[in-house]
Amino acid sequence: MANLTLVQAINLALVQEMEKDDRVLLLGEDIGINGGVFRVTEDLQKRFGEHRVVDTPLAESGIIGTSIGLAMAGLRPVPEIQFDGFLGPAYDQICSHAARMRTRTRGGLTVPLTIRVPVGGGIHAPELHSDSPENIYIHQPGLKVVMPSSPYDAKGLLVACIRDPDPCIFFEPKRIYRAFREEVPEDEYVLPIGKARTVCEGEEMTIVSWGASVVQCMQAIEKSEKSIELIDLRTLYPFDMDAVEASVKKTGRCVIVHEAPKTGGFGAEIAARIMERCFLHLEAPVQRVAGFDTIMPYYKLELEYLPDTERISLAIDELAAY
Amino acid sequence: MPITNALTTEIQRVSILDEHGQFDETLGKDLIPNDDLIKLYEEMSLCRKLDEIAFKLQRSGRMGTYPQNMGQEANSLGAAYVLNQDDWLVTCYRENCGLFHRGLPPEKILLHWMGDERGNNIDPELCITPIAVPIGTQMLHATGLAWASKYRGEKRIACTFFGDGATSEGDFHEAMNFAANLDIPVVFFCQNNHWAISVPGRIQCSAPTVAQRAIAYGMDTIQCDGNDIFAVVHCMRKAVEMAREHGRPFFVEGVTYRLGDHTTADDARRYRDEEEVELWRQRDPIIRVRDYMKQLGIWDDSKEAALMEQVEAETAAIVKRAESIEAPDSDDFFNAMYAEIPPDLDLQRRTRRTSSIGQDPSQIERPQTSSR
Repeated sequence: MANLTLVQAINLALVQEMEKDDRVLLLGEDIGINGGVFRVTEDLQKRFGEHRVVDTPLAESGIIGTSIGLAMAGLRPVPEIQFDGFLGPAYDQICSHAARMRTRTRGGLTVPLTIRVPVGGGIHAPELHSDSPENIYIHQPGLKVVMPSSPYDAKGLLVACIRDPDPCIFFEPKRIYRAFREEVPEDEYVLPIGKARTVCEGEEMTIVSWGASVVQCMQAIEKSEKSIELIDLRTLYPFDMDAVEASVKKTGRCVIVHEAPKTGGFGAEIAARIMERCFLHLEAPVQRVAGFDTIMPYYKLELEYLPDTERISLAIDELAAY
Repeated sequence: MPITNALTTEIQRVSILDEHGQFDETLGKDLIPNDDLIKLYEEMSLCRKLDEIAFKLQRSGRMGTYPQNMGQEANSLGAAYVLNQDDWLVTCYRENCGLFHRGLPPEKILLHWMGDERGNNIDPELCITPIAVPIGTQMLHATGLAWASKYRGEKRIACTFFGDGATSEGDFHEAMNFAANLDIPVVFFCQNNHWAISVPGRIQCSAPTVAQRAIAYGMDTIQCDGNDIFAVVHCMRKAVEMAREHGRPFFVEGVTYRLGDHTTADDARRYRDEEEVELWRQRDPIIRVRDYMKQLGIWDDSKEAALMEQVEAETAAIVKRAESIEAPDSDDFFNAMYAEIPPDLDLQRRTRRTSSIGQDPSQIERPQTSSR
């Protein structure tokens, strides 16, 4: 057991999977000698060689398109896209091919690949380095979408993604890459894709969140006098609606918190599902605290955009008083 | 000396059997044994016939949109003839002849265009990727597939096909760049058929050849008469040697022509002259092989008549096989989305016709009946 940051936990998961399975290889921009711009792949090229940790040309579609070929040939590529905003150039390969190949060939060819992507704001980064595009990929059938909020979860879920027979996007909330440490076992463990984590239990209200926002939610809950249950979805497709349902049926009130823009965000889907499943148990309308329907501002104003403790606390109070 | 020459280059063009029946003995001798030539001719004839029938199936409502391959048969066939059985064939949709040579049951192609994904469910032993509808994206897959061979230390290579239009797509350039810079054994085969639906080749590439695009990536390249199966085989041998023996990519431009419309949904008379089409009909890859075989004395009119009879029967049987495949189970489009269907998707599958409420019907809670 070691006390690790999110970055170190992901690095450990990569090391262990590469040691265990020589079909696993990493490719991406600056992931070799540089160890990735966030140092997630630190020392991996030295350890496993240029053969298995490959610095590619600067081309996101190329990284994902060749990864699809590698995966169809039976390997387990783990490409890195350097920042959320650079998923755009790879969108076509992800959605037109990775997500479709299994069903296009009715199981003949499959694409077991895991795309690692640092995601979200809060680190004073330039434009297109702070976005939260997860819903674009949740909305694409054929993909699995994962976003852990802690080092322990990150390790167990990354291992699950790498071993998964289908294409996964593994979003790494960069705001909490080094924000805190957690005990992470050296020993192998796998967390199931599709299972939420109840961060804290409560009776009066449910908060559903994922990624770096979970930390903001915990801070708001600590400040509140209410008894609040926090559910970290951890995996966004498939997602654990059973956990949300059980909690909301118990509390009757729900706030959903995410960084991505509000309109058409994944919070809307959760809210609709709560309507379907918990209608008779609701004491108040489901609320959302989300990013705004704006372009993510440059960093002088990014804290105005991101859901923070203050906004979450406001929602808690308003919902409790409803 | 302030200005020096940084690069001088040239592009070779290969023609062995031209449309006038001229045969280059130096290059062509022993390139394709006569027995093989007869087989290749028969395969092209079958492919052509099936192409004609597919067009009619679409017109009579028995098949959806179909892209005819007519006129381009020698390109993919010549390539498949040279490649090993376990080399990846990563095609788009005008490579039927090469796919059939590899062993793909022709009814699979018909099934695909009949709107049935099972047409893409291909025996893995054949090392064929499915028909690629979006233009120019499959070259990256070929590069990845060939990269996997290199990773494992295998001698397998990949060969990918695309048209001149596809060379405008960013993915084409990314694939060329990856393959060249990372030393990946993949053959890029451009079927330059002059037309991308209605847009002529000069809008896709204003350089004198498409082949020279490879030079910018540091990749060896050659152009051939794509309607000359001997030239295609000659160039593919060079390409395959480069990939298999030296681990480097290679680019082949086959200059050919789309004799038909883009697809059955297109009418090429809107944008191109009949004279141009007629000129290329004279350059048909099948006719020149037939004339050459007659010249050699290994083919005659009675053999031709027998072949036509055989092709007629075979294509009829192919159509029958394709049409006799029963419609897929109505759950089919749910079933191969994931290795294991997520519970939520399974619910959609199970209840799509029986419940509009997004939860398990057995667990739906209803309010107590109230007096109204």
